[in-house]
Amino acid sequence: MAKALGLELEELQDWNCCGATFPLAMDNLLAITGPARVLVAARAQSERIATLCAICYNVLKRTNHFLQCDAEKRERINYFIEAEYAGDLRVQHFLEILRDELGFDALKQRVDEARETTGKSLAGLKVAPYYGCLLLRPQKEMQLDDAEDPRIMEDLLDALGCEAVDFSHRVECCGSYLLVTSADLVTDMSYAVLESAIRSGAELLVTACPLCQYNLDSRQEEMARQHPDFKPLPVLYFTQLMGLALGLDSDDWGWELHHVDPRPVLAKYGL
Amino acid sequence: MMRARLSGERIKGDLVRKIEEFSGQNLLACNQCGKCSAGCPAAAVMDLLPNQVIRYAQFGLEEVLESNSIWICASCQTCYARCPHGVDLPRVMEALRVIALEEGGDYLRPQELDEDEVAEMPQLAIIGGFRKYTLMGG
Repeated sequence: MAKALGLELEELQDWNCCGATFPLAMDNLLAITGPARVLVAARAQSERIATLCAICYNVLKRTNHFLQCDAEKRERINYFIEAEYAGDLRVQHFLEILRDELGFDALKQRVDEARETTGKSLAGLKVAPYYGCLLLRPQKEMQLDDAEDPRIMEDLLDALGCEAVDFSHRVECCGSYLLVTSADLVTDMSYAVLESAIRSGAELLVTACPLCQYNLDSRQEEMARQHPDFKPLPVLYFTQLMGLALGLDSDDWGWELHHVDPRPVLAKYGL
Repeated sequence: MMRARLSGERIKGDLVRKIEEFSGQNLLACNQCGKCSAGCPAAAVMDLLPNQVIRYAQFGLEEVLESNSIWICASCQTCYARCPHGVDLPRVMEALRVIALEEGGDYLRPQELDEDEVAEMPQLAIIGGFRKYTLMGG
């Protein structure tokens, strides 16, 4: 995808898991060491790190902010992981790179060119842009967009040539890791999100977080059992929709792994 | 609804001090406006609403550690985004979880998970869950 847009990404060497949650207890420095180590590895290769996952983005960006603001704790963590990180890395979500570096106007131009070559377009497709939590909050640290009224995904969908649907639950939580202990609650919370998108006329929903994608997609069989009127809504990663708009070869994008198959809706638009 | 007895001792006690230290928050900054509870997407199934969790914490009432709310909070940050006094309630919830885990042991044990469900569950959820529900992760 990045290559098709002329953006160069380099694989991070010696990476490890960020820990999937930012530690919120003030004295929990141990949980900061994992993501700090990722930042150190990235800084050895570049001045910035790109992530495709909202959770990695949140954890890495908050860790970076923590290390920038507290010199004493930074020193302790550096000592512990045997590094000399100064806090001078930029953490970016791929959405942010599209908006701020490629630019949505340039993206739109690529989409227009692709349409002329392939004859395919997303025109008329109604898509719900779902933000969830960690991409945006806490706003003071994430600084990607307005936490209550974000635009970045709507602007992306505009550039892709489809219709962004406005719906009430676009910044509500899907239930996240509660999946491990309270799957029923995740079903309820994800249902509220999907219900709101469907009510607003969405034919698809896109996310920028893999856990949102999984929760919203995988709980739909259970939702249909509990709510007989429920009509399934396919949930795509935003990059999948981008690929379709750019006319990239989409055969091996794991469509068969979706719990709700998006292909019938896409076929309606010749995609 | 739980009932609890207030006392000066509890208000000035160890629990309040611990919660404030672990969370980095001044509990008395909350004036109980209720915006956290109004916006919380999981409040419907909590036995104490988010603003009540803070109220219990302000008064040093240990009953708050028995509340299901501290385990249901998914750290989604909606309450913090809307708090007019900038109280970081997700950090207060985390402080309460840490104290409850210290006192009562891990809330989630690997052997209790369904093998088939785990096989399909994203690593993000598993790691996040164990970070929140066991003491080693926090």
